[in-house]
Amino acid sequence: MLLYVFKRLLQAIPTLLIVITLSFFLMHLAPGGPFDGERQLPAEIEANLRAAYHLDQPVWRQYLIYLGNLLQGDFGPSFRYKDFTVTELIAQGFPVSLELGLWAIALAIALGLPLGIVAALHRNSSVDYLVMGTALAGVAIPNFVIAPILALVFGVLLAWLPVGGWNDGHWRNMVLPVVALSIQQVAYIARMTRASMIEVLGTHYIRTARAKGLSEREVIWRHALRPALLPVVSYLGPAIAGIITGSVVIEQIFGIPGIGRYFVQAALNRDYTLVMGTVVFYGILIVLLNLIVDVLYSALDPQIRYDD
Amino acid sequence: MMSKLRFPLSLPVLTLTASLTALPLQAGTLRIAIMGEPASLDPHKISGTWENDVVGDLFEGLITEAADGERIPGVAESWEISEDGTVYTFQLRQDARWSDGEPVTAEDFVFAFRRILTPATAADYAYLLYPVQNAEAIYTGEAEPGTLGIEALDDHTLQITLERSTPYFLDQLSHYTAYPVPRHVVEEHGDRWSRPGSMVSNGPFKLQRWQSQTRIEAIRNEHFHDADNVALDQVVYFPIEERNTALNRFRAGEIDVAREFPTQQYRWLRDNLPDATHTAPFLGIYYYVLNSREGHPTADPRVRKALSLAVRREVITEQILGTGEEPAYSFVPPGVSHYEPAIVPFVDMSQEERLERARELMSEAGYGPDNPLQLRLRYNTSEDHRQVAIAIGAMWEPLGVEVDLFNSEIAVHYADLRQGDFDVGRAGWIGDYNDAQNFLSLLESGVANNYGAYSNEEFDALMHEAAETQDLDRRGEIMAEAERLALEDSATLPIFYYVSRNLVNPALQGWENNIEDIHRSRWVSFEE
Repeated sequence: MLLYVFKRLLQAIPTLLIVITLSFFLMHLAPGGPFDGERQLPAEIEANLRAAYHLDQPVWRQYLIYLGNLLQGDFGPSFRYKDFTVTELIAQGFPVSLELGLWAIALAIALGLPLGIVAALHRNSSVDYLVMGTALAGVAIPNFVIAPILALVFGVLLAWLPVGGWNDGHWRNMVLPVVALSIQQVAYIARMTRASMIEVLGTHYIRTARAKGLSEREVIWRHALRPALLPVVSYLGPAIAGIITGSVVIEQIFGIPGIGRYFVQAALNRDYTLVMGTVVFYGILIVLLNLIVDVLYSALDPQIRYDD
Repeated sequence: MMSKLRFPLSLPVLTLTASLTALPLQAGTLRIAIMGEPASLDPHKISGTWENDVVGDLFEGLITEAADGERIPGVAESWEISEDGTVYTFQLRQDARWSDGEPVTAEDFVFAFRRILTPATAADYAYLLYPVQNAEAIYTGEAEPGTLGIEALDDHTLQITLERSTPYFLDQLSHYTAYPVPRHVVEEHGDRWSRPGSMVSNGPFKLQRWQSQTRIEAIRNEHFHDADNVALDQVVYFPIEERNTALNRFRAGEIDVAREFPTQQYRWLRDNLPDATHTAPFLGIYYYVLNSREGHPTADPRVRKALSLAVRREVITEQILGTGEEPAYSFVPPGVSHYEPAIVPFVDMSQEERLERARELMSEAGYGPDNPLQLRLRYNTSEDHRQVAIAIGAMWEPLGVEVDLFNSEIAVHYADLRQGDFDVGRAGWIGDYNDAQNFLSLLESGVANNYGAYSNEEFDALMHEAAETQDLDRRGEIMAEAERLALEDSATLPIFYYVSRNLVNPALQGWENNIEDIHRSRWVSFEE
């Protein structure tokens, strides 16, 4: 098992290198640069700025400089947020996105799994239709619609909760963004659980279990649940990576200092170092979470073993 | 790394200890929504208005702004200007101190001016100091920073020498590019001096905390020379890019001032929060460039005049935009210091008379129903610009004008304007500083941003004369004369003046609308 994990980590190195190389050159191919704006800077000012950030060097040399710094764990200074390094920005923003994301995932699992199971057990009943109808709405309505509505209703009109801000992670500031962030996930997980549960309930070994005279409760808990969870678990890996790296929409609307906004803003600002920093960071997270999911698989499904 | 990790396991604990405490509302704390995250709090590394909101509370220049935006003495107590207007000698206040108690000296200004102009500092706004002797040469690496025209005669006497007489130079000294920086701190901490913990400033407030992307906290600086008259204990700045979020947080009472609101909500705000909704003339003009180059129909002044006469500006501001802008009948916005703008000659005519006159001019120029005028109108891609262009096209129809609309993204658009590839082109100009010259120079012959290539010797001569005039009111009169000429020629087609938009808690006192939309927290207090 340990050997397997070690091998997977080794394999991650070329993957990350490809990600870094592709993003680096794609980014430099994009038209416009970090100092292009509505107001044209005088030529000598722009030249000084470019020199200060090594942008006057050929791209391949910039790439080598970047790789060299990266090996030493240095993501470089942000072009845009000049008082911070990229590492500092990620170190400040990620804990916030992580906290928010983990709550949202926890809420999504806590609601999505039972809803999906109930719907599967009462297949084609009014309960099923109600749950799946709501889930469909949850998937269909984007969070940039839900979030302002939540803010308006619970923040402005009812004044139960703050409209925005982080306030050092006070729970009152977290409720609305966590709910807004998890609604789609609840819906996805419920639909996925239902589908996979229905499939499992139709298999031979469940029929055998029932034939043995086991109670319905025992059939579900001991035999159906674990295999039914497999697709959900494999979905959760990338979903968690996505959700804990923050959501631009939610962070903008609720004014949350996470790292989600950097993914979009950095690209729009052509803040090269910040773009690369977030890409590399996200890449590492995805690799790690996928590995965790694969390890969890073996715990859930005895047919899967990593003994080589 | 101020943030702490908190894991979901703590949920029950959090729920138990959570009391229903609303946000603490302290009478001495002002909460401002600024329009974005500052790139830096180092005055030499910023260029945005939202950064100015924060940095302007932390620092004070030789000259500073009063609540109404008027320039008043800051660190400088008094000054003398040489006869030819090129040498300024400032006496600094004896009681000016940095927030660590050290005195603010003339040497701090010398250090700051040299630092911002040193190429390695890579300051984007350094060119605002180009009036200072040798500034441009230093920035382009042709001269040493030591040759800059600034000198500390003693601890509290500062002398600045200019390249040439620049009558608006005193106004510019209130800009953040001309703030002092604490030499002793910058030399100790290097580029990281402007971060919380190391930053030292000389303004009414000092930095206490900066949590990236969420809040910046500043508290009253006890060492500030006028600290006794600063009412607030604390100012918290929330960077909020999303204007609807700022509006919602204002409505929920979470912030006291929002430095911008969504334009689409203007009518709703005017009806529902009239006391809190501030719109005021701003130092900016939205206009159409009329191409005066040979071969374009707009080279004929009669055509330009007819086009200007037919545009119903009130319809555009009220019905097309409806977001508080004011119709423009001059090129320089009203409210610029030492300046009374000239007004287009036809402002008193009724709409029928204007249209009648426009038709006459067009037929004199040889255009009419039999010979319609084809115009190419360029604008940069945006829904508002498109609507304005369509409306104006319709207003020109009675003159027999047929308009072809072209649009492109902003960078391409302005490149096309510079090349003269258009008849009519949209443009906007926001003043770099509060001075009519900054607008009127756009109409001087051979100036890069004179997109229409308007050229009038008399106009140029007046502008030249104004540049040589030391008396600010007399200088303003001369420039107004120049503007009158340009308006009679219909050199451009002014459409509307931009406005500033703020939401302000009605309980705040001392918050005044002004043309530059500059609001320093030192003048603000809450009703007792």
